Amino acid sequence: MTSRRYVARSKAIAARKLGEEPMVMSATDSTLFTLDEVASVIWAAADGVTPLDEIVEKKICALYDVSPEVALKDAEALIENLAEHGLLLLSDEPLVEASVSQGETR
Amino acid sequence: MSNLGAEMAAKALKLNIPISVQLDVTYRCNERCVHCYLDHDDHGEMTTAEIRSLLDQLADAGVFYLTISGGEILMRRDFFEILEHARARTFCIKLKTNGVLIREKEARRIRELGVETIQISIYSHRPEVHDAITKMPGSLRQSINAVRFLRGQGLHVTLANVLMLENAADYKGVRALAAELGVKCTLDPTVTPMMDGDRSILKLNVDQTALREVFRNQELVGNVEEFCAPPPGVDEDALDSLPCSAGHTACYVSPYGDVYPCVQFPLPTGNVRQTKFLDIWRYSPQLNEVRSITLRDMPSCSKCAHGATCTRCPGLAYLEGNMRGPSSQDCEKSYARKGIPSENYKARHVLPQSLNSVQLVQIQGLRPAMGNIPAEAAKADVVVGA
Repeated sequence: MTSRRYVARSKAIAARKLGEEPMVMSATDSTLFTLDEVASVIWAAADGVTPLDEIVEKKICALYDVSPEVALKDAEALIENLAEHGLLLLSDEPLVEASVSQGETR
Repeated sequence: MSNLGAEMAAKALKLNIPISVQLDVTYRCNERCVHCYLDHDDHGEMTTAEIRSLLDQLADAGVFYLTISGGEILMRRDFFEILEHARARTFCIKLKTNGVLIREKEARRIRELGVETIQISIYSHRPEVHDAITKMPGSLRQSINAVRFLRGQGLHVTLANVLMLENAADYKGVRALAAELGVKCTLDPTVTPMMDGDRSILKLNVDQTALREVFRNQELVGNVEEFCAPPPGVDEDALDSLPCSAGHTACYVSPYGDVYPCVQFPLPTGNVRQTKFLDIWRYSPQLNEVRSITLRDMPSCSKCAHGATCTRCPGLAYLEGNMRGPSSQDCEKSYARKGIPSENYKARHVLPQSLNSVQLVQIQGLRPAMGNIPAEAAKADVVVGA
């Protein structure tokens, strides 16, 4: 069995929801990103303590007609990409202190 | 701005979201720059709690880009508390500072808090020129030290230079200094009036010759031929265009809580001490008036050949007395850039080329019979007709 992965929003980012669309900027390279629907769901759930497979199962598979295996594979690729740009932190252990606000408006 | 940045700005405009705000946390300053537009006395700055509340309101309103400026931002003892709160609300933050109070400890804290860019004012590469402008001996050395501390932390730094008579010869030196320090550099060729409307500092502005030189420097403007090409005239699309982001997707908040369309556009629209920021943003009659103005609504500029390409600042026009009128300083720049004077420019200047065609009238020995001519005019040797 592979170890569970945890994802947390990096502290070194700026983020805000523009309408329903999250915009995120990496402070490391000042690159601006917008997130599509699926990425937005993972972004919102990336609290550092909920394992990725649980996010996929409870959030993604509940919203979209997709098998957990396929969704997890896609989610893995997505989080690797976001982590490369410094937007997400990845770990095999929970990241309790790492995650910042997702930039929501109240 | 990147394509995605422009796309986001367009979306913000459509959704009436203030995506970008400048917040001045103080007008107090440790420098006394000759061209500064501020009154440095403290007339009742917002408290830490008031600023924290404002930052929460700005985040809730959808503000993404937050510029924290002054005055000198580090004159506030609670500056890092403010910055920490702003970052907790995930703004993309730019700081404007003179850097004099930034040492290694401050630079490290700024890096830890994830600030996107720090802009530092540098007016010359020569201490005798920079320090004479800031009226603070040793300020250039201290500002450069700050750049080094910040770069040492891997932060993005931009040197901001304002072109004026005192330093007109030095902008290339500042650019060389920026290259040596490994940072970006910007050049603003406009000294603006004071926020209270006092226009006396405009005498510091450079002349047409210096402006022309700047606008023909490829390093500054890119493709000179394109930048200085004759204006294409005004078409229907241009008539429907908006002047700038002020009041549309951007605004400014003063240390006293006053909300203006822009720091250069001090039209009072409300105060966050009395009214929620979002209510001011959405319902201020003044902001809604600013939003309603397109080029079509500007009697003079809509007929001007430069209308589509002019950098007309509505705030400078407002400070001249009419936010639908021309901004003479931008008329100056359009002339320097394109070589074609606007009607407003012509009305304010006697152009050198027109001297060849104008009839010079010699007036000698004015007699009392000529009417009520003031004594000073009666003594003049030459009057140049309009």
